[in-house]
Amino acid sequence: MRYLPKSPADREAMLKAIGLRSVDELFAPIPSEYRLARDLKIPRQMAESEIVDFFRQRSHENGEGYASFLGAGAYLHYRPVIIDSLISRGEFLTAYTPYQAEISQGTLQSIFEFQTMICELTGMEVANASMYDGSTAAAEAVMMAVRLTGRRSVIVARSLHPEYREVLATYATHQGMPVAIADFNDSGRLNLRDLEKSISAGTACVLIQSPNFFGTIEDVAAVAEIAHKNGALLVVSITEAVSLGIVEPPREADIIAMEAQSFGVPLGFGGPYCGVIATREKFVRQMPGRLVGQTTDKQGRRGFVLTLATREQHIRREKATSNICTNQALVALMVNIFMTVYGKVGLKELAKHNLAKAAYAANQLGKQGKILFNAAPRFNEFVLETTEDPRAINSRLLGHKIVGGLPLKKFYPELGNAALWCCTELTTRTAIDTAAGVVAESESSTQSSKEEVEEVAR
Amino acid sequence: MKPSIRKATPQVSQNEGLIFEKSSPGKTAWKLPPLDVPEVNTSKLLGSSERKDLGNMPEVSEIEIIRHFTRMSTWNYAIDLGMYPLGSCTMKYNPRVNEVVARVEGIANGHPYQPEKISQGALQILKALSEILIEITGMDAITLQPAAGAHGEMTGLLMVRAYHQSQGNARKKILIPDSAHGTNPATAAMVSYTVENLKSDSRGMVDIAALEAQMNEDVAALMLTNPNTLGVFEQNIHKIADILHAKGGLLYMDGANMNALVGKVRPGDFGVDVMHLNLHKTFSTPHGGGGPGSGPVAVKKILEPFLPAPVVITKADGTLGFNYDRPQTVGRVRAFYGNFGMFVRALAYIQANGPDGLRQTTEDAVLNANYIRHGLEGTYDLPYSTPTMHEVVFSDKLQAKKGVKTMDIAKRLIDYGFHPYTTAFPLIVPGALMIEPTESESIEEMDLFIDAMKSIAQEVEENPQTVLDAPHSTRVSRLDETAAARKPVLRWKPQS
Repeated sequence: MRYLPKSPADREAMLKAIGLRSVDELFAPIPSEYRLARDLKIPRQMAESEIVDFFRQRSHENGEGYASFLGAGAYLHYRPVIIDSLISRGEFLTAYTPYQAEISQGTLQSIFEFQTMICELTGMEVANASMYDGSTAAAEAVMMAVRLTGRRSVIVARSLHPEYREVLATYATHQGMPVAIADFNDSGRLNLRDLEKSISAGTACVLIQSPNFFGTIEDVAAVAEIAHKNGALLVVSITEAVSLGIVEPPREADIIAMEAQSFGVPLGFGGPYCGVIATREKFVRQMPGRLVGQTTDKQGRRGFVLTLATREQHIRREKATSNICTNQALVALMVNIFMTVYGKVGLKELAKHNLAKAAYAANQLGKQGKILFNAAPRFNEFVLETTEDPRAINSRLLGHKIVGGLPLKKFYPELGNAALWCCTELTTRTAIDTAAGVVAESESSTQSSKEEVEEVAR
Repeated sequence: MKPSIRKATPQVSQNEGLIFEKSSPGKTAWKLPPLDVPEVNTSKLLGSSERKDLGNMPEVSEIEIIRHFTRMSTWNYAIDLGMYPLGSCTMKYNPRVNEVVARVEGIANGHPYQPEKISQGALQILKALSEILIEITGMDAITLQPAAGAHGEMTGLLMVRAYHQSQGNARKKILIPDSAHGTNPATAAMVSYTVENLKSDSRGMVDIAALEAQMNEDVAALMLTNPNTLGVFEQNIHKIADILHAKGGLLYMDGANMNALVGKVRPGDFGVDVMHLNLHKTFSTPHGGGGPGSGPVAVKKILEPFLPAPVVITKADGTLGFNYDRPQTVGRVRAFYGNFGMFVRALAYIQANGPDGLRQTTEDAVLNANYIRHGLEGTYDLPYSTPTMHEVVFSDKLQAKKGVKTMDIAKRLIDYGFHPYTTAFPLIVPGALMIEPTESESIEEMDLFIDAMKSIAQEVEENPQTVLDAPHSTRVSRLDETAAARKPVLRWKPQS
């Protein structure tokens, strides 16, 4: 086996040194009736060339070469090539969690820079080293708000990513945290009257997303005012990090739970991504996840260490703020490099491109249907309502090697024939014009059978 | 005495400040193509939501970024540099082909919501890895959704709770041995179970009499790491399972130490009902400085209805798809389907090994740990003489007489060119030195390690201060952690 650095003679010599006759003796502690007397029934050992071939085949069967208008919490942005050059360095790739600070300063300093840039972009005072993803970050942020307020119930915007809501429901079930849902209004924003009605002295926090699942930018200040008036905290989820280049961050929030995938992380069929929680300094001791802090060594030199570990499971066990241990460090490094490449000016320009492409697409597609929630500002996603079932439209688009918008009926039955479309800087005008043309083909002029519709139904 | 340090030689290390300290207006590392659609008036589109300023975000050039991160990288120790004997962390070689196949176009750029029709490649990877992990564990079904080991623990215990609830009583407690990882009790708390400690016997195994006394109808499950954190296989594992099952409880296995078992014995065969795996330990996906991980949870049939949704199914037409219609599911634990990129890497690792390679890997991992034990027994105190599987735990009892603790020895090991072992864990061994070499080490590397550890032991006798002041060869010496926690500086700020 090519990963094992031993010859048969080495193994013999080692057994002899230990005083054993055979390797079986090493496994004697396992009762013999449970020891496996056969080979595992798994594929045979493969050559490297065969492995590469296998995955190339799978790649061909996986949407290779399609232009896509999908967003909804996972965004296709350009990844500067130096991200992979740098994260492929073995010293980053094959290092463990930086508990031994003296030989982990590279990882530690980069996390410190990551925390700083997340603070700059979100307008918060502290940020952690990462969470699993945006959905679990949101759930953990809510649990943090529960600990901070000593209250238990939660109000969640219906315009929060539906899968994030599902994850929160899973986490909340056994914590005795009742979750109420606040609906959206005609502009796609949180219905403030709905919120006023359901908020109470028992509400720990209000959780919204901005830009929300429909791409609409929320009136965060107005939501914050209602939350704070009632002694509740405001938690804001951000799933499209690139929006931070041009959209004012939710500075009125108490906790921000973010998905940073847009910053240089491949779509990768849904993961690994990079969640992160940012908050106010006064709340830091209830924050889950690792934190890096600056300090000095005996000679007074600047250095970085993991800090405030008394919040964490390896110290506090069942009293920890979370059970999180492994996080998304290498993905956070991708995010860090991306933020460094674009920086203060580039992120703004990048965001402007996204805004312009989505505005053009909404304009073109809007001629063939109706753009919903037009009254509120949005970033790079919009909802298009058509007379035709969007699954039928998508079925036709696939023929042009285009993946259309995400049909919303599954998550929001009342939205009927609406779909969520996304454009990034990588969306071409040609793809937008082609898609608009395909949407324009009326139901009557197409042969899309019911079968085809079901094929793309999700 | 001048110690002979054979593995490492100090070399010049580049200094590098924070990226913010290199920033100045007008430097760039990016270039966007010309916009092929009309420009927009951002103020008009966004109104009061428009952001005007990005604060102290850096402005630097590409070469500066390359040097910045390359210089910082050289301050890290890594598996690629040498043995990384962190007990319970399984720091094995991370094959490079894994990284290559994870970056193939359709795999790296697949959108989680793209139609199933054009997702067959990804679905086949999910299915293939699921079936292989089921065979390796001897279980009946699996979810790949959890993002890490602790997340897998939570998912597993959610299923335990759902199962008991379906039997009419969710129960109250989880039994956890005193040798367990901190994540186990933290997880139990997240699922609203109370934790009851279970003590170990003189051999470092679960005390059967204590288990019998503590087991009752309030206990939902026992969370057991096997081999446990002493590297000891629970020889009475089936008896443990029987005691639990007799009172309706379930056996949860923390698979953190699965590297000792793959291809040799299957948890499903010795009575485990639910377990998680750590793809970033046993199945070679890189630790990356702390993540990402992946924590699939494998279960017996009785728990299958409770798996998180969606699950992969074969449809009537023979193609693969997701099934969301799972009425008894515990729900979703993460958006989308899990850390898919890690599934790709784990599958590539398994393919490179095959059944024979995986078995040889396990045998070498156990052989290596026993070789280290043999090499250091006598020099360091071995608190439990029970046979060692994939890791061995010594204590600093002999060295503590000279005032030298496990952390001091660990720091001195850095000067010898090694990453330290796991210190001060498991909690049942005061001053623990927990060593897991994995299968990735050659005899030469392990001999260097054994020599280094012996040399340090000698230094403790002759010149303990050298060890107490270590490390001597790193960029920074021991850092003031107390100050870091007392007045936390968690971000850079411009000097005002």
